[in-house]
Amino acid sequence: MDLLEYQGKQFFASFDIPVSPGEAATTVDDAVAAADRIGYPVVIKAQVLVGGRGKAGGVKLATNTAEAREHAGNILGLDIKGHIVKVVWVEAASDIAEEYYASFTLDRAAKKHLGMLSAQGGVEIETVAETDPDAISKIWIDPVDGLTEDSARAWVSAARLNPDANDGTVDILLKLYRAYTKGDADLCEINPLILTPNGEVHALDAKVTLDGNAEFRHEGWDVYDATQVRDGREQAAHDKGLQYVGLEGSVGVIANGAGLAMSTVDIVTQVGGKPANFLDIGGGANAEVMAGALEVINNDPDVKAIFINIFGGITKGDEVANGIVTALGRVDIDVPIVIRLDGTNAEKGRAILVEHESEKLQSRSTMLEAAQAVVELAKSREV
Amino acid sequence: MSIFVDENTKVLYQGLTGSQGRFYGLRNRDYGTQVVAGVNPKKAGTDVDGIPVYATVAEAKMATGATVSCIFIPAPGVQAAVLEAAEAGLELVVVITEGVPAQDEAYLYNKVTRDFPTTRILGPNCPGIISPGKANIGITAGEIAKAGGPVGIVSRSGTLTYQALYELKLQDIGVTTCVGIGGDPVPGTSFIDCLEAFEADPETKAVMLIGEIGGTGEEEAAEFIKKQMSKPVSAYIAGVTAPPGKKMGHAGAIVSGGKGTAAAKMTALTDAGVQVGNNPTEAGELMVKIVEAL
Repeated sequence: MDLLEYQGKQFFASFDIPVSPGEAATTVDDAVAAADRIGYPVVIKAQVLVGGRGKAGGVKLATNTAEAREHAGNILGLDIKGHIVKVVWVEAASDIAEEYYASFTLDRAAKKHLGMLSAQGGVEIETVAETDPDAISKIWIDPVDGLTEDSARAWVSAARLNPDANDGTVDILLKLYRAYTKGDADLCEINPLILTPNGEVHALDAKVTLDGNAEFRHEGWDVYDATQVRDGREQAAHDKGLQYVGLEGSVGVIANGAGLAMSTVDIVTQVGGKPANFLDIGGGANAEVMAGALEVINNDPDVKAIFINIFGGITKGDEVANGIVTALGRVDIDVPIVIRLDGTNAEKGRAILVEHESEKLQSRSTMLEAAQAVVELAKSREV
Repeated sequence: MSIFVDENTKVLYQGLTGSQGRFYGLRNRDYGTQVVAGVNPKKAGTDVDGIPVYATVAEAKMATGATVSCIFIPAPGVQAAVLEAAEAGLELVVVITEGVPAQDEAYLYNKVTRDFPTTRILGPNCPGIISPGKANIGITAGEIAKAGGPVGIVSRSGTLTYQALYELKLQDIGVTTCVGIGGDPVPGTSFIDCLEAFEADPETKAVMLIGEIGGTGEEEAAEFIKKQMSKPVSAYIAGVTAPPGKKMGHAGAIVSGGKGTAAAKMTALTDAGVQVGNNPTEAGELMVKIVEAL
């Protein structure tokens, strides 16, 4: 779950990480009132989950009420790469002496937490990694030991920041590590982490990705869930508890198991089609889940044909086939469907499907044949 | 032979008294697995269809001689359950549970590796392990696998593993052991752990590897195959067309910052001499040819 900047800053603040004072606002009047309370100059920042806000005119400095009103009016409702700005964050403008970079994430290969610190902040860390990899100071942290103050201090020294920033940075890194681990984040990134002319260090931006699997032990994460960017299809699938990723093609895909669903999307592409989505209905493939999945796909106007790819294991092929037939009875499907059913009792299952076969419902015995059939159907209906 | 588990393996189930644990525990027993105990502090002294339930893993181990645990406990309780099994000295802890927080997985992996080096974690978020004809621990449908060998399978995906087992069975090819390592970011058992065991197992003559996008496990496996494996390997990687930045069902299946793509993994495996199929069926056909040539 990706947090908006202001949510990330509130998350940081809850772990005592210093951030600029600010307020979120959804209307121009609220933004202006917030700016008046905070005191000028303020920065008004578009809250969207996409990079390049500044270039798109989504970040503006206001030195008085009139400017705050003008900028808030321009930014709210702005379209930044397809993301409409619904919230602005108004914060006290900071004087910047130096800009650094700091982050924690999981190094999957090392199976340790990875901390990265650089004196070159304010630019994409990937760019720094390519042009000047030595400018990034890294530390691998064993989750059992955690980050100690001594190791944080040595790490900060190695990054060769302005010595005036060292104490403040050590303090922030210890708190940021706590936010990352206790807060169940996949990523906590501060870019830039700034040193002000009077020697203070604080987070000027916040990029936080939370681990959705940990929601059970955190109160109030539903607030973040509500601001996730999903298109209509993704939202509908999410509401039904389905694992769905929207793509931009014409072949709707339903499969059981994440691997098989990925594989189905791949094979549709391999035979020249364009998948409309990834959808994993899980191992069981019962009628109710299948009906929900079909509803989501059927509501996608770009879908011209549907590919249902099921491998029967513990849920046997005949049970799966009955589930599909029941689901089809519940949802009025407009486009043709090709089903590939394999695994335990696949033949019994196919026999059930044959009874219901029509122009709208066909069955194939292999993934490849089914993919070819469904792509042909989708193409013939695209014109 | 087989790797990690066989007909002599005694298994206890943490979560046997829950609906999932009961369903799969009894299925595993029907398959022939030695399901010797359940663990639930609140239901100690009772039984599940004749399988005795103990208060702790240590007691269950003492009473039954179990060396393996299979965990069906909901995600919030997984960390404590795995540590209890490790502290009791079990050799293998199979975690079926999906949705375990990544912070817990990272902690568990490092804690168990350091403090309980004789304990192996498999999973979380995995279908389990099956040595066909000998033992089935987890949620795989045992009837789709043919016993005997010569193929070993290691996979990050459940249904694709079933697909592979089933296709090999249709071709009358047996499997020594099939290990599902799971789709999470910090798997307790890696591809390399399994490849190493298959390389050492005399009955396994060839290995099928099923990977997916995200992480670098497949690249590390390729490096290992290149340097240390004599047995032929076929592979399939799911997620060639997955968009970057999106989790494709599994918590670990994500291309981030241009890393973890299927293309990079397929290239690494091909360079290591692995026969890589473009879809699961093709990978199966490649394995059939490998087996015919053995």
